[in-house]
Amino acid sequence: MTGYVLRRLLQAIPTLFVVIALSFFLMRLAPGGPFDLERPLAPAAMDNLRRVYGLDQPLAVQFGRYLAALVRGDLGPSFSFRDMSVADLFARGLPVSMILGGLALAVSLALGVGLGAWAAYRRGGWVDRLVGAAASLGLSVPGFVVAPLLQIAFGLSLRWLPVSGWEGGAPSHLILPVITLALPQAGGIARLTRASMAEALRAQHVRTMRSLGLPPWRIARHALRGALLPVVAILGPLSASLLTGSVVVETIFGLPGIGRYFVEGALNRDYTLVMGTVVLVAVLVVVLNLVADLVSAWLDPRLRLHA
Amino acid sequence: MSAPPKSPTRRAILRLSRDRGAMTALAVLALMTLACLVGPLLTGHAPARTYPDLRQLPPGLAAQPDADRLRPTLDRLAFRIRATVAEAERTGDTLRLVLASDATIDPRGLVYLPRSDLFGAPRVVASEDDGRRLTVAVPVRRLHFLLGTDVHGRDLLSRSLVAGRVSLLIGLTATLVALGVGILYGAVSGFAGGAVDAAMMRVVDILYALPFVFFVIVLVVFFRASLALILVAIGAVEWLDMARIVRAQTLALRRRDFVRAAEALGLSSAAILRRHIVPNTLGPVTVAATLLVPRVILLESFLSFLGLGVQEPATSWGVLIAEGARSLESAPHMLAGPAAFLVATLVALNVLGDGLAAALDPRAEA
Repeated sequence: MTGYVLRRLLQAIPTLFVVIALSFFLMRLAPGGPFDLERPLAPAAMDNLRRVYGLDQPLAVQFGRYLAALVRGDLGPSFSFRDMSVADLFARGLPVSMILGGLALAVSLALGVGLGAWAAYRRGGWVDRLVGAAASLGLSVPGFVVAPLLQIAFGLSLRWLPVSGWEGGAPSHLILPVITLALPQAGGIARLTRASMAEALRAQHVRTMRSLGLPPWRIARHALRGALLPVVAILGPLSASLLTGSVVVETIFGLPGIGRYFVEGALNRDYTLVMGTVVLVAVLVVVLNLVADLVSAWLDPRLRLHA
Repeated sequence: MSAPPKSPTRRAILRLSRDRGAMTALAVLALMTLACLVGPLLTGHAPARTYPDLRQLPPGLAAQPDADRLRPTLDRLAFRIRATVAEAERTGDTLRLVLASDATIDPRGLVYLPRSDLFGAPRVVASEDDGRRLTVAVPVRRLHFLLGTDVHGRDLLSRSLVAGRVSLLIGLTATLVALGVGILYGAVSGFAGGAVDAAMMRVVDILYALPFVFFVIVLVVFFRASLALILVAIGAVEWLDMARIVRAQTLALRRRDFVRAAEALGLSSAAILRRHIVPNTLGPVTVAATLLVPRVILLESFLSFLGLGVQEPATSWGVLIAEGARSLESAPHMLAGPAAFLVATLVALNVLGDGLAAALDPRAEA
């Protein structure tokens, strides 16, 4: 088990290296720089700035320095937020994004698995059709449409919930962003659960339980265990798309998370901030994929842990 | 019921044609495409034409300008003519306008009327009080804005339809790019097998772990966003699934007798791939491609929503939705119109994809 985890983490190193190299050189090949202002700086000042941040060195040297700093856990100073390091920015933004993403994940899993399993249990009935239609709709309506609609309905018309802002993570400020983020994912999970649950309910051990006259909830519990495998398998990509969604949600609802930092950083040519975000997201995706595989193995002992 | 056995393709088409949902979706998509292609010619407004006096009109069937909007415009124009509106009465398409002032009204000032988009050329009917009271007959234009207008007074229906061209084009082209790359990569990997296959799939695994949307954002931000770049970026991101599907199919196919027979007959690998492997993978690939189009359209509108995608003067549904979201309080219809187009298209594509998957499922009954 420990060996397996270690091996998987080691295997992630080349992946992370590709990520870092790709984004580093892509960004540097692009025209423009972090100190291009509307009113150009004096050449001497520009040279000084470039020297302080090491931008006067050859690209390969800069890349080497970045990697060396990264290994020590240093993400470098931010270019656009003066006097702040990327780590400082993450210390502020990451909790926001994590709370948002974690809650959205929980909501979408609860909704998706619950509704999907229910639909599979009542296959062909009106519950099934309703859940199917709702899931298709949830998948097709993008977050940037849902969010404004929720803002109109609950913020501007009913005045039940605030339209934007964070306010230290007050629950009322969390509801709309979390719903926006969770809806499309819940749709996807519901469809997946419905399909695999329908399959599981046809399995022989379930038929045996039926014939033994076990109560429906016990049958459902056994079937669900197998049916959850595909859901767990997509946990990695799922959290990646939650992170993507958070870019929009944080922009619309004005939340100070890392998704917003990323877009602003990219627009401001804030090399280190963009690199830092990409690295962070890549690490998250790798770790979550690993967690997903571990949970799969726990759910289904037949899936042996081998690399 | 003992019809002669049909080919799998024929049976799939037959099953699909019995699927009411999929057929409805197909009809919606055909209509949407047709509307986006020829619709902008029929709305009567060029998509870029602005009507500064008719900004943020709500959607409706009534001809514009209506009574509510006529009066403020008239008052404003009368001020420029240095007069006030004494009477304004509309009969059909003509407006009988009485202008009054303390001094003589210069009839040359009437040119302000046709400049405002709402009126035709004015005709002086009568002049009283030494020209201090002028009766004018002005034709009023009749304009229709089914979905209302945007902040610049542009017709939203025309704009949405033109935007739809861009969104659909990106959806189709980027999918084709992903399809081409994915089929080629997957087929070669699956057909070559062994170490080559392992290496090629390892690359796919690595790419899978990349936060790709972030990459696309980096790409379009750092190299000025252009249509071509967005197409390449999205296409380059989305071929991975396709490659995996095709590879799995190819692996299964190459053990089949007809492929081995072709090999034994001395057909080259390229010819086997082209003639026997790729055509046989097209079923699942069609399904995946149909489901990929909405994802691509969504990704493009996501980028455009952030202001990173399609740039003015070109427009896409994402751009229009972003504009609508910005003027949410004053004009919610600006969000509703384009969003309805986008959502209808996405739902239809997803339903069609599901229908195709069910129709092509080899386990399904005839």
